[in-house]
Formats: sequence, structure tokens, C-alpha cells
Amino acid sequence: MLSKKEKALIAEIWESLSPVAEDIGSDALLRMFASFPGTKTYFSHLDISPNSSHLRTHGKKIVLAIADGAKDISQLTVSLAPLQTLHAYQLRIDPTNFKLFSQCMLVTLACHLGEDFTPIAHAAMDKYLSAFAAVLAEKYR
Amino acid sequence: MVQWTDFERATIKAIFAKIDSAVVGPAALSRCLVVYPWTQRYFGKFGNLFNADAIRSNPNVIAHGKVVLDGLARAVQNLDDIKATYAELSVLHSEKLQVDPDNFKLLADCVSIVVAAQLGKDFTPEVQAAFQKFLAVAVSALGKQYH
Repeated sequence: MLSKKEKALIAEIWESLSPVAEDIGSDALLRMFASFPGTKTYFSHLDISPNSSHLRTHGKKIVLAIADGAKDISQLTVSLAPLQTLHAYQLRIDPTNFKLFSQCMLVTLACHLGEDFTPIAHAAMDKYLSAFAAVLAEKYR
Repeated sequence: MVQWTDFERATIKAIFAKIDSAVVGPAALSRCLVVYPWTQRYFGKFGNLFNADAIRSNPNVIAHGKVVLDGLARAVQNLDDIKATYAELSVLHSEKLQVDPDNFKLLADCVSIVVAAQLGKDFTPEVQAAFQKFLAVAVSALGKQYH
């Protein structure tokens, strides 16, 4: 459950990170590929080497979707509808991987924000990313 | 037995040389209690855990955080036999403390985040992978004696 304060905090953080969406997104993806090599199996069609344009474009896409959802968390099921369909019927990424990506995103945020990634911000962000992942997987079955 | 590459060994030891158990331990434990509040169930005797500030300044949390990190440091000294090093600790957590082993992963994730915040750019994807592999081995060893 996210409180009003947490929702505001989450929206604020993603608003501030949107200008560097490419950096944040590609960083999180690289961390995921390094720590959880099985996740690379979903990207055989892309060049996911550090700094590749594929990686940066894809990372940016993901971060902007997360940032967009953060603007009105109560409407996640509506705003994510197209992405739900995409993931359920085309991409069919096993939802366990969403957890792995989320963990790496939290590490990216910690590296990027340092002390500013307080326990409270961390808790709020973890809850948001879990909710995001859950909504994303809703149409799977 | 766990196979460590030279890079992994060097990386893990370098991180532990850089961090202060007395700082990282309490930060990680208090973060765990805030981010995953159900973990507070194991710390009923610790006193005031009502909010993030109370948790952070709780002397029992601070002391225990250091104990946990010192325990991880012991595993770093015994990278090739973490299972044996932790046998007694595992029995303690299972029989006496009765901690659900799923919680070890939660605390390990918080240790990663605290170290990441401290090291910033130096906590590269490769460094993170090595460190998290170590934490996963420690977590697994801690759960080995449960039955």
C-alpha cells in the first residue's frame, strides 16, 4: 500500500531522473545482465553490450514507462494497458524477471542518488516497482 | 564447492576492506526493518522500532547490525568453506532464533543497496555481480542446517 507521501516522493524521484532516462535504464539493464545472466536470453535480437545504442534506447524506453506510471499510480492499470498486452502476448517474459530487474533498478538508484536514496525512498520505490510489475503481468493468464 | 574467479575474490575482499562494519551493518539492518517491516517480528526485544528515525537510532539495531556484518566478514575470510564456517550460525538461526530463511535474502539485498550507495560509480555491474554472488552463498549457507 502506498501512502500519499510515498506516491508524491516516487513521482518526484522519477521526474528528476527522466532527463537521464538513458543512463539510468541502460545501467539497470547492464546490472541485470551481469548478475542474472539468464535474463540475457530475452535479448538475442539486440546488441546489449555496454553503451550500445540498442541498450540505451531500450533502457530509456523502460525508464520513461516507469516514470510515466509514477505520475498517477492509482491509474496504473489504465496507463499500462498497452504494455500489459505486449508483455502477455508478444514478449512473454517470465514475471520472475521483473523482480530481478527491479532489484537492479534499486541498486542503480542507490549508486546514482547515494545518501538521498534513504530507507523511506527505498521502501516506497520497492513497493512501486512491485506494483508496476504486478500490473504488467496481469494479462498473462 | 563454490568456484570463485580471481576477479570475484579480489572484488569481494576489496569491498570488505573499504567498508566499515560499524557503519554498513547498522545501515543495512535498519534499512531492512524499514523496507520490509515484517522482519521486525524477530526484534520484539529491541524496543522502539516505530518509525525510520527510531529504528536508525535504536542502540540494539546499531549493535546488532555490526554483529551481522562481522559475520559476513568471517565468511570473506573463509571464502572456500563458507558452509562449514556458518554451520553453527545456521543451527542458531533455525533452532533458537527460528528465522524464516527467506528473510536472509531481504537483508542481503539491503546490504547491496547500502554498499552501492557508498561506492557509487565504483559499484559497477561486474562488482555488483561478484558481491551478490558472495551474498547468495552466505545466505544459502545460513539456511543449510534447517530441517
